[in-house]
Amino acid sequence: MKRLTTLLSALVAMMSTNVFAEYGLNMTEGVTSISHDIYDLHMMVFWVCVVIAVVVFGAMFYSVFAHRKSKGAVAAQFHESTKAELLWTIVPVIILVGMAIPASKVLIDLEDTTKAEMSVKITGHQWKWQYDYPEEGISFISNLAQSHKDVVTGTDAEREAVGNYLLEVDKHLVLPVDTSIRFLITSNDVIHNWWVPAFGVKQDANPGFINDAWAKVDEIGTYRGQCAELCGKDHGFMPIVVDVVSKADYAKWVAEQQAAAAAAAASATKTWSKDELMAQGEGVYNTNCAGCHKKDGSGMPPVFPAMKGSPIANGAAADHMDIVLNGKGAMPLFKMLGDSDLAAVITYERNAFGNTGSVVQPSDVKSAR
Amino acid sequence: MTTATASHDDHHHGPEKGLMRWVKTTNHKDIGSLYMWFAFTMLLVGGAFAMGIRAELLQPGMQLMDPHFFNQLTTMHGLIMVFGAIMPAFVGLGNWLIPMMVGAPDMALPRMNNWSFWILPFAGGILLSTFFMDGGAPAFGWTFYAPLSTTFAPDSTDFFIFAVHLLGFSSIMGAINIIATVLNMRAPEMKLMDMPLFVWTWLITSFLLIGAMPVLAGAVTMMLTDRNFGTAFFDATGGGDPVMFQHIFWFFGHPEVYIMILPAFGVVSHIIPTFARKPLFGYSSMVYATASIAFLSYIVWAHHMFLTGMPVAGELYFMYATMLIAVPTGVKVFNWISTMWRGSMTFETPMLWAVSFVFLFTIGGFSGLMLGIAPADIQYHDTYFVVAHFHYVLVTGALWSIIAATFYWLPKWTGKMYNEGLAKVHFWWAMISVNVLFFPQHFLGLAGMPRRIPDYSLQFADFNLISSLGGFAFGASFILLTYIVIDCVRNGKPTTARPWASAKGLEWTLEPKAQYHSFNTPPSRALIEQESQNS
Repeated sequence: MKRLTTLLSALVAMMSTNVFAEYGLNMTEGVTSISHDIYDLHMMVFWVCVVIAVVVFGAMFYSVFAHRKSKGAVAAQFHESTKAELLWTIVPVIILVGMAIPASKVLIDLEDTTKAEMSVKITGHQWKWQYDYPEEGISFISNLAQSHKDVVTGTDAEREAVGNYLLEVDKHLVLPVDTSIRFLITSNDVIHNWWVPAFGVKQDANPGFINDAWAKVDEIGTYRGQCAELCGKDHGFMPIVVDVVSKADYAKWVAEQQAAAAAAAASATKTWSKDELMAQGEGVYNTNCAGCHKKDGSGMPPVFPAMKGSPIANGAAADHMDIVLNGKGAMPLFKMLGDSDLAAVITYERNAFGNTGSVVQPSDVKSAR
Repeated sequence: MTTATASHDDHHHGPEKGLMRWVKTTNHKDIGSLYMWFAFTMLLVGGAFAMGIRAELLQPGMQLMDPHFFNQLTTMHGLIMVFGAIMPAFVGLGNWLIPMMVGAPDMALPRMNNWSFWILPFAGGILLSTFFMDGGAPAFGWTFYAPLSTTFAPDSTDFFIFAVHLLGFSSIMGAINIIATVLNMRAPEMKLMDMPLFVWTWLITSFLLIGAMPVLAGAVTMMLTDRNFGTAFFDATGGGDPVMFQHIFWFFGHPEVYIMILPAFGVVSHIIPTFARKPLFGYSSMVYATASIAFLSYIVWAHHMFLTGMPVAGELYFMYATMLIAVPTGVKVFNWISTMWRGSMTFETPMLWAVSFVFLFTIGGFSGLMLGIAPADIQYHDTYFVVAHFHYVLVTGALWSIIAATFYWLPKWTGKMYNEGLAKVHFWWAMISVNVLFFPQHFLGLAGMPRRIPDYSLQFADFNLISSLGGFAFGASFILLTYIVIDCVRNGKPTTARPWASAKGLEWTLEPKAQYHSFNTPPSRALIEQESQNS
């Protein structure tokens, strides 16, 4: 109800002042040369359509008002004119050619990815994005932020409080400003689509194939996007957040990530205690598994089975590792997670919710791969 | 009128009584009615799914269902509306009208006609039953892209595949029947260029169906073997290609959208001249434009796939070919407006629907042109802008023409007149609410809301609220439509043979309620010329 009243006042405001921009009526101009070109093309075609609409609908509504029987109009009997038919065939062709020329130029430019200075590999997973920097040796996974997952069934006030509801992730993609970046886009399961409107980049992520796109961002800032191809249950819950930073900040970030990656590699070789695994596993579980199997392990039967009392979680560790690593039917695969995270989450699933399974170490996961 | 009534009494027999009449009937009018009532039922079912979708999207957050069920609803809404409502409704109109319009006693293959209808309720039933299966109904969108629809799909997908096969059989048989009727059963004195435009558009549509439906059957068969028999047509790990699925699907899918709109063009080309009291402008150019659109519909399919990673040469070709479709479509719109120009118009209910069809379908055409510009499609693709576009062409295009046709020919089908006042109230109710429903979706799409998401960021909240409220109002308008039609059938005032004074066409020469068997002897050349749209 509150929403309805704000809406009504907003409608009144829209009529009196120009607040259209706030309500997101039009396409973003974006922050790359491509997004600017697309925006210009969009506006050009839009205005051509408006002019045609004014002429065509103008004629139609003039006729509807003027040529009616109640006004005593007597029907003419003309019903053919080759000249008219030729005219309204040739004129549209000329208009279309006029649109096709600039459209072709933009298309050829945005498909040319040869001028890139660096590459980022983007892999879609059900339902998260993986980012790899091949030259820097950085790799991480980016999930919808937990604070946002928690308020999906919450109140309006809670959703407003988290800020950028559904458009926040636990780990942002970080890119340098004023640098031509080539995105190599692929998928690990179904087709996803990586879309950041402000970049003018939207490209399908096809399993088994790599697509590319490029962007050179002009402005430092945080840019948000979403998966744009139906990819299953949580398609609406795999956002994209990109921090575009200065080149110096980017270099600093790369150094930090490389140090963190070295520490993680060291931890995968040690033997963990059960408590350590359980603590780590709860976080991994809530991020990756709770969407279907629920935080309390009750699942959503019959599609998504309960974790509590599950024969797999209480059975042989090898079977449990197999289904988590390789997936099965509606269950996505998770082999892109690190050995420590997988060992932690599997141990957690086997020992939380009253389950009584064994402890799994990172070395077990490594040999099960 | 005399020709038909004089001859039909010779060995008159009416329809059988009771339920078995409808099961066993081979009469084109009975089968036409069956198709129409089936389509209307499916429209209400698919509409109920849409109400569920709009209710969940009324405000941010998940309130009513889980995302998996939301995906089932969007998928089944699309499938039921396309294959259960719009296509059967047009086949129903074709069954009712084509034999009367070409002066034939019935369809050429009446028993096959019975079969092609009676497949439908079973196919629809199988499709709907998937909701009650383990894993739920198909949840991969009506476009069922692999591998979401193969490796990652619920078990019920095999039932979906079987249902699509059955629907395809039904459509192909319906198309064969219409081609055979038009080409072999047409009154001997009727030349092709004497045929009314509804017959022309359906004849051309039939060829689209025969070309496109087997391709769809191929696509689902490949899915079936990928899922169950170890093939890898769409699986890259086995040497296949998921993008190939999209090529095959859209090679069917693009002609399919014209299958759903060409007969609509035919309907409107009947109604506008009648109420403008003026002959249809440019009859032959209308025929040629329809044929051009049908041809082009086969060579533009990959404009649905600009983001799949096509080479730039492919994108350029599909962009140019797509833009070309605007030309014959424009010719049609210009011809309709020229028909209205300097006419003597009145606005009975069928005319209201037809004029608003021209207006709203053209808006859908403009957004279609924008979508065809490949670079701009990067920002439009898979957003609510696309949702708005195809609902403008399918709801205010195809469905609008079906409703227009129903009001226009209902007097001929029932011998009774509907309640004009109520029908006008219903028109304005539907007309306003449908725009409140779909117009804001253009803004949502441009502002960046992807389609097929069950929950959204807060900046999309206001337009989603407006859209949902419009949706509920539009949904409710169908309660009134149901009442108006049933009221007409039961209590309508008896009408004359030609309730619209300026209507042309052989069907208006029959009795006020078209007799069960019409045109047992073919109409004369004089009568055909007198009733021709191509005067």
